[in-house]
Amino acid sequence: MTGTQDDAAVTYQLRLFVAGTNGLSQRAIENLRRFCAERMPSRYDLEIVDIYQQPELAARYQVVAAPTLMKLAPGPVRRIIGDLSQTARVLRGLDLPADGP
Amino acid sequence: MAEAIKVLLRPMTEDRSPQAYRAGLLKAPTGILGFDEITLGGLPAGRPTLVCGAAGCGKTLFATTFLVNGATLHDEPGVFMSFEERVEDLEANVASLGYDLQGLVASRRLAIDHVRVERSEIEESGEYDLEGLFVRLGFAVDSIGARRVVLDTIETLFSGFTDPSILRAELRRLFGWLKERNLTAVITGERGEGQLTRHGLEEYVSDCVILLDNRVDDQITTRRLRVVKYRGSAHGTNEYPFLIDDLGISVLPITSSGLERDVDSTVVGTGISGLDDMLQHRGFYRGSSILLSGVAGTGKTTLASHFAEATCARGERCLYFVLEESAREICRNAGSVGIDLRQRADQGLLQFEPARPSLFGLEMHLARMYRALERFRPTTVVIDPLSAFRGPAVQVHATLLRMVDMLKARGITGLFTSLRTDGSIAEATDQGLSSLMDAWIKLLDVEANGERDRILYIIKSRGMNHSNQMREYRITDRGVVLTSAYVGPAGVLTGTAREAQEAMERAEGTRRLRAIEQRRREHQRRRQAVERQIEELRMTLEQEEEEVAALLAEAAETDAAIARNRDAMAARRSFVSQG
Repeated sequence: MTGTQDDAAVTYQLRLFVAGTNGLSQRAIENLRRFCAERMPSRYDLEIVDIYQQPELAARYQVVAAPTLMKLAPGPVRRIIGDLSQTARVLRGLDLPADGP
Repeated sequence: MAEAIKVLLRPMTEDRSPQAYRAGLLKAPTGILGFDEITLGGLPAGRPTLVCGAAGCGKTLFATTFLVNGATLHDEPGVFMSFEERVEDLEANVASLGYDLQGLVASRRLAIDHVRVERSEIEESGEYDLEGLFVRLGFAVDSIGARRVVLDTIETLFSGFTDPSILRAELRRLFGWLKERNLTAVITGERGEGQLTRHGLEEYVSDCVILLDNRVDDQITTRRLRVVKYRGSAHGTNEYPFLIDDLGISVLPITSSGLERDVDSTVVGTGISGLDDMLQHRGFYRGSSILLSGVAGTGKTTLASHFAEATCARGERCLYFVLEESAREICRNAGSVGIDLRQRADQGLLQFEPARPSLFGLEMHLARMYRALERFRPTTVVIDPLSAFRGPAVQVHATLLRMVDMLKARGITGLFTSLRTDGSIAEATDQGLSSLMDAWIKLLDVEANGERDRILYIIKSRGMNHSNQMREYRITDRGVVLTSAYVGPAGVLTGTAREAQEAMERAEGTRRLRAIEQRRREHQRRRQAVERQIEELRMTLEQEEEEVAALLAEAAETDAAIARNRDAMAARRSFVSQG
């Protein structure tokens, strides 16, 4: 795990767009919290936006699918859509090394 | 079928009447010239319409026009959701048409949202829906109170997301949502193989489907539009040619075979008094089609210029389609015979519509003509020359038929010039044309005695009597002047031959008069001579008569003397015998 040193240096800036409090939203929030706690404890900055409450942000940030997780930093900006139940894909989406050998 | 045609011909203003509403279908006019006519009012209001076609066939322009006209003409704000082009590109693309998207956005009559979906930037992890799209659309619609929506081209989403089943479910939900919100929507879709759109959008949007097509034949592009489906409404089912140029989109509604129309019996003068004289009512019926055919250099354009000038002089508008020359040339040439067409153009009574026949297909010409008619609303039209339209005879004929129909339906008098390469009447094209035309003037070129003379005659003029005379005409600096051609035992004489003949006749006449005078004098002399003779003879007769009378008297005398002698003798004799 050569990247561990570098990873430790950066703080992940994440923004999760959800649409209300439906099942998808709740699952996405839970999955993301767990993921962050496990993979990047105290190295992340998470903001959750409900596009029902702030619809203008959906256009501004090019949100089409819900839920959408945006990684704003470190660059490049990436998007992960879905309830974030597939951890491997979240890792890939955040440019984090995959699990296992 | 006849009923359907009648419905098609009904002016579109009627379609917004209460009756049309009662028919159960509200329409949202697109403001696209001709389109609202073939759909009897526009797109189905409050419902989505699918506009599909291959790349570059005008889907986005159609959609934009629908929104801009809605916002500016019908007080219906609109949302443009673009999945392909950026806002700046959209603005730039339609700026040449005079559409000020930025201004419309600023005045809150238009909202544009560019939805960018980049597959490479997106990782999918687990279940999702497209609620973001709904929120954005809902927000844009609510922010300006939109009544119209454009989704251009929503199929792009299929390349952005891997799970088509989610997409399909969400699209179904989206179109349902649009209907629920009573939004008139245009959804564009790229033409797919074997189906209307690549991803089968027609499955979801089934109220109204419009197909745009762009075909190239002989290096000439013809755009066509077809209403594939319009649930709950009658509509034209043909392929209609349409135009895209600096004036936007216009569709040519083909409402041909409309022979039921009002007939006007007022008359339009030709602008040439000698020619008017040849017609019973001093001109042609308004709304009729007049063919002016002749070989090169017979002055077809000059006669047409007279006709145009006469229209303007009446205070009416004339639309002049120039197919082989330029408007300037026509003006200059008309000026040389004393007709100031430029001034008429400046007055706004005359409009030139130049077009090169080879630049457009026949249908494009029709579409352009339709648009020009709709915009300028002339009472007379000149097409100079009609023979410039070339192509397969059947197509040319069909085009001309529609052209004539289009004019007749509007009560416009049309003058068509036609160049003929030889003087024969029985040309196939002319024959086909003739049945379409109400009147036919033929211009002839007679070569004799080392000069060319021009003759015209009227082959036909439906519904009115006309002169059967051939007339010679001269193109002078004060226009076309007709003179009676010399028609005598030696045939038709024109020009100097006519003049020579006339001079000869005058001389002949004098000679004849002199001869008669001489005969008269001779006769007089003879008469006197004869009378003298008669006198002499009578005198001779009288003389003879006198002589005869004298002889008679003498004879009587003699007889008496003889008798006396005989009596004396007898007396004497009897005396002797008794004794």
